[in-house]
Amino acid sequence: MKPWRLPPHLLLLLPAVLILAAIVVIPLGLSLWSSFTPFRLTRPDTMYDFIGLRNYARLLGDAQFWSAFGRTVLLLTVALNLEMVLGLGLALLIERASRGQRILRTIMMFPMMFSPVLVGFQFKFMFNDNVGLVNNALQSLGLTDRAIPWLIDQNLAFISIMVAEIWSSTAVFAIFILAGLMAMPRDPLEAARVDGCTPWQTFRYVTWPFLMPFAFIAMTIRSLDVARAYDIIKIMTDGGPARRTEVLWTLISRTAYSDARMGMANAMAYIAILLSIAFTLIFFRQLSKARSQIAAEW
Amino acid sequence: MADLSLRQLDKKYGSFHAVKGLDLHVEDGEFVALVGPSGCGKSTTLRMIAGLEEISSGDILIGDRVVNDLAPRQRNISMVFQSYALYPHMTVRENMGFTLKIAGRPEAEIETAVADAARALEIEPLLDRRPAQLSGGQRQRVAMGRAIVRNPDVFLFDEPLSNLDAKLRGQMRTEIKRLHARLGSTVVYVTHDQIEAMTLADRIVIMRDGLIEQAGSPDEVFNRPATRFVAGFIGSPPMNMAEGVIQDGLIRFGDGETLPLPAQFRDAVTAGQRVTLGLRPDDIYPVGHGLHAGEAVETRPLEVALTEPLGNETLLFVRFGGVEWTSRMLNPRDLRRGETVDFQIDLSRVHLFDGESGRSLRTA
Repeated sequence: MKPWRLPPHLLLLLPAVLILAAIVVIPLGLSLWSSFTPFRLTRPDTMYDFIGLRNYARLLGDAQFWSAFGRTVLLLTVALNLEMVLGLGLALLIERASRGQRILRTIMMFPMMFSPVLVGFQFKFMFNDNVGLVNNALQSLGLTDRAIPWLIDQNLAFISIMVAEIWSSTAVFAIFILAGLMAMPRDPLEAARVDGCTPWQTFRYVTWPFLMPFAFIAMTIRSLDVARAYDIIKIMTDGGPARRTEVLWTLISRTAYSDARMGMANAMAYIAILLSIAFTLIFFRQLSKARSQIAAEW
Repeated sequence: MADLSLRQLDKKYGSFHAVKGLDLHVEDGEFVALVGPSGCGKSTTLRMIAGLEEISSGDILIGDRVVNDLAPRQRNISMVFQSYALYPHMTVRENMGFTLKIAGRPEAEIETAVADAARALEIEPLLDRRPAQLSGGQRQRVAMGRAIVRNPDVFLFDEPLSNLDAKLRGQMRTEIKRLHARLGSTVVYVTHDQIEAMTLADRIVIMRDGLIEQAGSPDEVFNRPATRFVAGFIGSPPMNMAEGVIQDGLIRFGDGETLPLPAQFRDAVTAGQRVTLGLRPDDIYPVGHGLHAGEAVETRPLEVALTEPLGNETLLFVRFGGVEWTSRMLNPRDLRRGETVDFQIDLSRVHLFDGESGRSLRTA
């Protein structure tokens, strides 16, 4: 009898399938499964207790989780919009530079070259209420004589984190928008001037529609980035004080490792991922709409 | 509508002097073509009129108004660009109505103006498409429509047909001419194609190195070129040119060959003067195949080096006076390479240019 053999195309695919299964499919499946269990790292046997949607149900009523969720969404919206405006401004300025454009582009990208952890430390120092540069400067300038509690007050701490986030990543927007500006045909701009546009109208009706797809690409990338914001916040405030700056991933990691409630943390993580997917979808829609508007061939 | 004046118009880019003191008056309703080789300053001149390029010195007047320091939008001009420069994210309708929308005109007025222009250019079915969905010729029409809608004082065209294929170019040429006849607008039209300039313009301005070589009607620049440059630039195939010296009432060429000095230049030259003789391909032809009944004709047997049959005519290439000459044979008969035929040279139609300055030696 002829021994049965795997057909060659399946045989050739097998290594890739095995590797993918080992590093993606199985962990994903396990984490999803664990979100339906009360799995605690300290009690491995709880992994086999199926409790259905109880974790998710509990999360629905969990004020702490939803405040972290809301803060993440707020961070996403505010930081992304500010970054886009600033990046657009930077790109327009750099595009104007008649000489030294390369140098400027490189300098502009410096913040991206630092590890987020280092950015966190740097801003933690700058916003420190006693020895920080910001208070020092404000006091030297005579603008205040108080030590402003930048990293302690709820709103100020959130603003401080946002500043750090924006400082480190505005360049992403600037680079994409600059690429758009450089790829943009010049003639429609001149046509707009002849057609009677003021510089602002030229920007509004001609330049911006052309740049929009580029801005949306940056938005998509950055939304994934900010939705998983962790390192800068971990260093600057660690979600504190008293959870005042807690975002999704600081909460998730605290739940998973400090509290050892891995099942619950995984449930949170799946909700967080849904959030990311939602944002990505929105921006992708906008992107393809903007692209077809300018009839982009890419 | 308005007339347009350029007075001592000057443009410098650093040390490069692009336009050197241009003087030009365009009458109300006149169609003027600026032609010249690339880098002659014709596009720069047009862009200065449009206000897209600052002027270094001099004045531009539209009507009675000096517009030197006005932004393009304040000059009431329309421009058709070589690349069409349509707004890619707007439909044809929006493209054409954009200028009126910016001017804050009421919807109804915009709608009527766009509809009128679309009808004139036969692009009504395209109004809701985007530029990317149009062919080159259609985009060209939309670009012209956008210019018409504004009802400007002056139309500016910057090589509008050079991105089209030959057939479409011919078609659009006729279209532009018809449009001008209908609108009676003042037009400045930049092109490097002398045929476009000849067919379209009331007046042709030939530019070179930032200066006007000659300005005149198509007939003038063709039949009475002021300089050797104009003679060589206007006309297709180009005018034959041969260097020579005046000697004993003859023009003696480099290879020793001579032609009698045509009567019309007898008083204009001195013995020993270096000259360039110019002769259009129509004015040298095998006996019996000419365009004109020559008045003062020289006959020479010349060897045909090459033939280019075009159907209704054949171009013949012959060597004479040390250079290659092109001859146009009408009602062509079969001629072979290497055959020697009697060619007639119409001396009454010879052009003579000064060897140094290149200026025409014609006195009257």
